[in-house]
Amino acid sequence: MARLYEYQSKKLLREGGVPVPEGAVASSPAEARAIAERLGRPVVLKIQVWVTGRAGLGGIQFADSPAEAEAKAASLLGMKVNNYVVDRVLVEEKLAIEFEYFAGIVMDDAAKCPLLVFSSVGGTGVEEIARLHPDRIVRRLIDVRTGLREFEALNMVRKAGISGPTLVQIADILTKLSAIARAADARSVEINPMVRTADGRILAADCHLVVDDYAVYRHPELGIEVAREFDRPPTELERIAYRVEEKDHRGTFYFLQMADQAEPGETLIGFHGAGGGGSMMSMDAVLAKGFKIADYCDTSGNPPASKVYRAAKVILSQAGLMGYFASGSGAASQEQYNSARGLVKAFAEEQLNIPAVIRLGGNFEEEAIRILDTYLQDLPGRVEGYGRDDAPEKCAARLAGMIAEDGGMVHEVQPMEEPRVPTSAYSFATFTGRISFDHSQCLHCASKGCVGACVPKILKLDEEGKPVLAIPEAEVKKGKCTECLACEIFCNYHEKQAIFIQLPIPGLKEYRDRIRKKS
Amino acid sequence: MAILVDEKTKVLIQGITGREGIVRAQLMKDYGTNVLGGVTPGRGGRDVYGIPVFDAVEEACEKVGSIDASVIFVPAALVKNAALEALAAGVKLLVIVPDRVPIYDVLEIAAAAKSAGARFVGPNTLGLLVPGKAVLGMIGGRAQRAREWFQPGPVGVSSRSGGMTSAIAYDLSRAGLGLSTIVHVGGDSIVGTSHPEVMELFEQDPETKAVAVFGEIGTTQEEQVADLIEQKKFTKPLVAFIGGKAAKSGTRFSHAGAIVEGNRGSYESKVKRLREVGVHVVDAAADIPGRVAELLAAKK
Repeated sequence: MARLYEYQSKKLLREGGVPVPEGAVASSPAEARAIAERLGRPVVLKIQVWVTGRAGLGGIQFADSPAEAEAKAASLLGMKVNNYVVDRVLVEEKLAIEFEYFAGIVMDDAAKCPLLVFSSVGGTGVEEIARLHPDRIVRRLIDVRTGLREFEALNMVRKAGISGPTLVQIADILTKLSAIARAADARSVEINPMVRTADGRILAADCHLVVDDYAVYRHPELGIEVAREFDRPPTELERIAYRVEEKDHRGTFYFLQMADQAEPGETLIGFHGAGGGGSMMSMDAVLAKGFKIADYCDTSGNPPASKVYRAAKVILSQAGLMGYFASGSGAASQEQYNSARGLVKAFAEEQLNIPAVIRLGGNFEEEAIRILDTYLQDLPGRVEGYGRDDAPEKCAARLAGMIAEDGGMVHEVQPMEEPRVPTSAYSFATFTGRISFDHSQCLHCASKGCVGACVPKILKLDEEGKPVLAIPEAEVKKGKCTECLACEIFCNYHEKQAIFIQLPIPGLKEYRDRIRKKS
Repeated sequence: MAILVDEKTKVLIQGITGREGIVRAQLMKDYGTNVLGGVTPGRGGRDVYGIPVFDAVEEACEKVGSIDASVIFVPAALVKNAALEALAAGVKLLVIVPDRVPIYDVLEIAAAAKSAGARFVGPNTLGLLVPGKAVLGMIGGRAQRAREWFQPGPVGVSSRSGGMTSAIAYDLSRAGLGLSTIVHVGGDSIVGTSHPEVMELFEQDPETKAVAVFGEIGTTQEEQVADLIEQKKFTKPLVAFIGGKAAKSGTRFSHAGAIVEGNRGSYESKVKRLREVGVHVVDAAADIPGRVAELLAAKK
């Protein structure tokens, strides 16, 4: 996650020279007790979740002794807060707080600069502070090429009405905070409250830092598993989807789970958008029609068919779907036959039994719709393709109509089955998978249509008339085979079903087995 | 007239030998864009669809003369260097196509562009297109499609979504209205040329008689457009659609810019603010051409 927990954020502060309370994170009551013993004074225990207002939820507790800390930790660990189960508590020295301040750095999109905000009152949210104490807030744009300089910080804090040793201490913290934000590629960081204790120390009592998703690759030290911003930890299916995306730079695949069941009167559907804006507009259209979406998925940026296939397989790993809705902007620049072929392979393997509306408007949409019409007509569920002249609102209404007409079939999660590839097959690895040809069948094939269907033209017929690679295998693996899936689809529907394309999705088989066991 | 580019603009393509670079070089050239060269370090001396490839932007300028605009297709991690290279060579307009460019890299490019008196569009953009004259980036995908879909006319388009740039422009053309320039400002939270900056350019362009905007939740771009209108710095008829009505706060959708934090950037705040200053906010993107046509007719 690109959002760090309080204890992780504080570690970055400490390393960057910003004082934080003494303490450590515990994941068991015994650990909490040990930390309290080491500190040798009263402690505070704070649940580590991305939820504001933890105190109001009972997520912040105080303890005067190690034994009490152990008992309090036992009550906090395992506590349920929204989508979280608390698995860590931060155990810190209890502070005697005299004053509270606020400091934060956010991105100012108008100025195209980081913006530092400091307030001589803190504790509540910054919007609340701005409303109640506009005169106590000072703001300053930071020049990315120099960072915040000490004299700039000093003047800023002075203007917030602070003087004496506190002025110097806070200015120093702000200068360091600017450097920490930069070093961590923080999209935002907030110290709230920053406190002055009875003994004159200035400390970051709480801190939240969000790392820019796009810069996570520069920060292996942060151990961020899924570089995506949510208001909760990622689900298992989201992790599986993210691993697909991480290993395949061609186009983008974004997957968020939204709901696992529908309330009475709602209809749960799988949602597969294309393009950030088109997906959002399409999501708005289906929600306005009264659907509930199980997920928000976006495959765009000219993804190969294999990526769209994997996205569809992930979407169809959700139980209880009554429809499948795919829709993008309507005039996509990308070649839409790739998306069509990805869906064909996925829907055919699943033997999709629910209605699907696929809005594929864009480049080569006529071919894309023809692919859906030709290859998906025998499925138990009806699949209809639409183009750029059909608005998402109309397509959403069509899906509702189809669900009503077809009597409300419900999708069940199917086991993941490996195709039975003969051991003697001619086979080669592609960028993310493997293609095998059962040449014993190819001898009976009249059309040899796979060679003509191959979009990147990397197949040829050998002297016996069997399809083989026309280029070195190493180039295929590097991406010359674009995983367009056209050879397999052609062979499956027009010839001998002699081509097998395997596109693994690590973890999905086990996930589906578990889901099936549960239901 | 149009904004930002025309058929004479001298264009360079950085990353011309990559997966996207090759395909979109063909689009740009076939469409009629004045593409003078491409750059891929280490691949100088080759050519892509007859476009000469150089090792560096500076070298391209030495060999073909000054460059007005550079379209960048290099991997995200290399974008900062490529952009700074083009700015250092005196290029005044950059179109940064790649997605996933780190924010601090974008901020550095922004600071350098400001010092150089240059402008950039993107990152995470499909680019911009002036019907019949030039395309910078990958709008339309293929030249023939771009010619079919986008007709010249009086309407400017500015969008935070690439697909919606094309979809709205296509709908406007199909309705017989036609386009002056269409701009995809990019899907990220910090972009080089945002909606309000595009509005200022459209305001100055005599051929643009009305503007259509696709906005989204997140950022303050749409609110800034409202500010411009209030200050009478943008006075042309404006129709807007805002995506993300149903999105939850605190979760970002697939555009990095599309996240609502606190009270900032919500659907409601954008629609309210735009309507206050007289912008025609429609509930479905498909309603844009009809509303634009009404406004153009009323103007006459």
